[in-house]
Amino acid sequence: MKKRIFSLSLVAMLVLSVFTLAGCSSSSSSDEVIKIGFIGPLSGDAAIYGTSASEGAQLAVDEINEAGGIDGKTIELIAYDSKADQTEAINAYNRLRDQDEVVAVIGGTLSGETLAMKDLMVADNMPVLSPTATAVDVTVDAPNIFRACFLDDYQGKAAANFATNDLGAKTAALLVGTGNPYSEGVSAAFEEVFTANGGTIVGSESYGTTDKDFSAQLTKIKELNPEIVFVPDYVQTVGPILQKAAEMGITATFMGADGWDGIQEEYADAAQDNYFTNHYAADSPSELVQSFITAYQDEYTTVPNSFAALGYDAVYVMTKAITAAGSTEADAIITALTETENQGVTGTLKFDENGDPKDKEVTIIKIDQGQLKFETQVVN
Amino acid sequence: MNLFLQQLINGLNVGSIYALIAIGYTMVYGIIKLINFAHGEIMMFGAYFAFIAATSYNMPVWAIFLTSMIIMAILGVAIEFIAYRPLRNAPRLSALITAIGVSIFLQNLALLIFKADPKVMPKLFPEKIFYLGGIEISSTTLITVGLAIVFMILLDLYIRKTKQGRAMRAVSEDKDAAILMGINVNRTISLTFALGSALGALGGVLYSVAYIQVFPTMGVMPGLKAFIAAVLGGIGIVPGAMLGGFIIGMVETMTKAYISTTWADAIVFAILIIVLLFKPTGILGKNTREKV
Amino acid sequence: MDQKKKKSYLINTAAIALLYLLFFVLIQTKTINNYFVGIMIMTCIMIIMALSLNIVAGFLGQMALGHAGFMAIGAYSSAMATKAIVDAGIEMPSILLLLVALLVGGLVAGIFGILIGTPTLRLRGDYLGIVTIGFAEIIRIFFINFGPTGGAAGLKGISKLVDFNNVFFITVIVAVLIFTFGRSKHGRAIISIREDEIASESAGVPTTIYKVLGFTMAAFFAGLGGALYAHYQAFLEPSKFAFMFSIEMFVIVVLGGLGSLTGSILSAIVLTVLPEMLREFSEYRLLIYSLLLIIMMIFRPQGMLGRSEFSLTDFIDKLIMRKNRKTTSDGGEK
Repeated sequence: MKKRIFSLSLVAMLVLSVFTLAGCSSSSSSDEVIKIGFIGPLSGDAAIYGTSASEGAQLAVDEINEAGGIDGKTIELIAYDSKADQTEAINAYNRLRDQDEVVAVIGGTLSGETLAMKDLMVADNMPVLSPTATAVDVTVDAPNIFRACFLDDYQGKAAANFATNDLGAKTAALLVGTGNPYSEGVSAAFEEVFTANGGTIVGSESYGTTDKDFSAQLTKIKELNPEIVFVPDYVQTVGPILQKAAEMGITATFMGADGWDGIQEEYADAAQDNYFTNHYAADSPSELVQSFITAYQDEYTTVPNSFAALGYDAVYVMTKAITAAGSTEADAIITALTETENQGVTGTLKFDENGDPKDKEVTIIKIDQGQLKFETQVVN
Repeated sequence: MNLFLQQLINGLNVGSIYALIAIGYTMVYGIIKLINFAHGEIMMFGAYFAFIAATSYNMPVWAIFLTSMIIMAILGVAIEFIAYRPLRNAPRLSALITAIGVSIFLQNLALLIFKADPKVMPKLFPEKIFYLGGIEISSTTLITVGLAIVFMILLDLYIRKTKQGRAMRAVSEDKDAAILMGINVNRTISLTFALGSALGALGGVLYSVAYIQVFPTMGVMPGLKAFIAAVLGGIGIVPGAMLGGFIIGMVETMTKAYISTTWADAIVFAILIIVLLFKPTGILGKNTREKV
Repeated sequence: MDQKKKKSYLINTAAIALLYLLFFVLIQTKTINNYFVGIMIMTCIMIIMALSLNIVAGFLGQMALGHAGFMAIGAYSSAMATKAIVDAGIEMPSILLLLVALLVGGLVAGIFGILIGTPTLRLRGDYLGIVTIGFAEIIRIFFINFGPTGGAAGLKGISKLVDFNNVFFITVIVAVLIFTFGRSKHGRAIISIREDEIASESAGVPTTIYKVLGFTMAAFFAGLGGALYAHYQAFLEPSKFAFMFSIEMFVIVVLGGLGSLTGSILSAIVLTVLPEMLREFSEYRLLIYSLLLIIMMIFRPQGMLGRSEFSLTDFIDKLIMRKNRKTTSDGGEK
């Protein structure tokens, strides 16, 4: 009997807690604060990207507020976790719009979650600037959606041009993550341009998103013996691949894309003398870049990766647009965004008719003794 | 031909790790008929403890393995005591949900303590490549396969030759009869969890050495594959789990090498389904028709 | 008897109408915003998923751990169907288009239910569990590699047809259908298989046919739920339908009580709303969720409602009775 009462009260508690929690919803929108939302994965496997971008964005917000905000109004950045999941991202976006009543959104961080929210965002005519979503479709047929980063195919092309023109490579193998649109998109562009430049793709291997064992694929690549192995994926996948390849004695030069950012921290030895395309170089002499790095390190102790840099730039661009618009009306902000030009950490950003960056420079980075070294810049 | 042999070695490497993890699933299932969904997380925590032992305390290699295995054996027993024992006579599906709960709990606990970004496991074994008639075998592969096989033989001897091992088999055969024979069932079950978890931890450490990373969700996929291996071999049967582990490892590597990398997991599942349709209790399983 | 039934219908219909009216007013007056409406729509979809899974797990007593697979089939097939209709330029009122979507999603998933159920349902317990996981994973991997549905990048541009009004009534209809099925001759035959398969076979119940029937019905309604999901999200990604999602649905059913449909409904509401409300504690939310799960199972292994159903009619009766007997007795609890 006692047990029954206990368990019944447990059930009652569960149900009650839901309704009381559901009840407490309050949002106060003051005229002195301009609210900007942020959406990205802050937990889970992809947490590093969302966290970096949100930290970069927060840093920019702090700097702008210190300098007087937008016409005396302070900016508040409200960041929600998307857990890299569509439903979560949509819920987070709905919450930003309805509960927090933000005037603009920086996000999503990943392509998948951004595409999931796209239709809603377009329907709401919400001013959106994604710092890092690289999939082509993000800005197509979406006059209110902009992005701060270059596209998948853009950096794939740059990587291929660098491989042919600067490294003089004639043969390359691809190692692609299927189930990962980013990896597929970048390598497709690489393949196209590399072949057009007169090179040969000697082999194309793939792996699934949850794979950790790459020995079968690398064994085959070793047999093919290409000059370049192109692996556009994120650090947590690329790191083990490079390490395994070094262990197996593969001598080819490995190349990748911006997902490699941070590879020097844990996989310095395996990544030695390899190259990747990126949005900015931390060792760039530019004063803008150096002051950003110093400020970021003061705040978060680590060296900012390109996600942080793009988050930082995105907030500056959005603020510029809001200031230029002179109001927080969606249409005014969107019109202002189309005309905004910003000299940021990741280069010069102005938007083309799709809302994508126009002629943005791609930085090629070389990994050397645990350091990311600026190699060259490519404009396609 | 060399390429084929090379891939065979690769398959043996993964397979031996799957086999180690599968043993834990199968032992627990054999004795309390529970799919211990948290076993993959035992493996993950085992890898984390080894990582800490290796990076923060600079222990010698044997001590790293021993520490991780002992801690996980204790944790395994604790999990059984806290979460599974109260449910021993409850509906089996409730016990299964509890196991799922423990699995999610441990995963998120690790996420909270260690954070999401993968830690890089230091190289525990001296790096060397051995050449064997044209094929290359790295020292890591050699040690992984060797250790796995040694521990499997030890376990098999333990179960067959010692008194406690006999008690384990007796309990899994018929719990009530075992009680009548004066066997301490609770202690035997605890011992089973300790052994299974220790082997799971060993699998976890070897996995993280072979594939370099340690992260909170690392137990999910190998856990699932090992579970498939256990079912394929005939769940509850220890040699079946070993056999299943090696088969799954081989099939996976060969599919990746010669058929398709993207469909590898699907093909593993398809083989499992086909085997079960023709032999519903797994390869080494006994067919028992339920009686009235 | 008939009188009692009539009264029960009346009370339940009135309650549903009242509930709808309440939500309708709250939405119209903007007391609850789109964010909450979104959660409510997701809750309705999860209720359908839990109810349908309960046919296999609760009525039939089988361990089915691949429900997300059927949902994926329903979601993708219905989305392809409506996309084809829209692309062909056929003008259709959106409610009709949604009906087509539901029908296609349900039927295609149902067909796969027959195809998968027929050979596998002779497996028992845990073996069936792993085989259903296997099929769900194969389905997911298929959609990752299948070009026409967008592969891993996802399927875009699905018409957004689902809103709270239609999803509410569809959920009510599905619930009524499954309730009625459970009480029908066929439903009782299925439950007899759960209680004792050999005994029910001896009593002349064609167990194989009924097992496949139950499995197919579950697949049909899961496909329907998938169709709703597709036309609410307007974007589909294969990674959504991973193994953990199947587990999540299974947890809802067991937590509500195997075989208890009202339990499934209650549990689906709690488990969909609770994590959303724990958003503030983002790091701890799954920790809390899993702890609650373990504690719940230890202290109430049969789930919230066990096998019994919550009956509004009985509840009202009891309330009235208690009022009448206030002086004579100390309450009507069993």
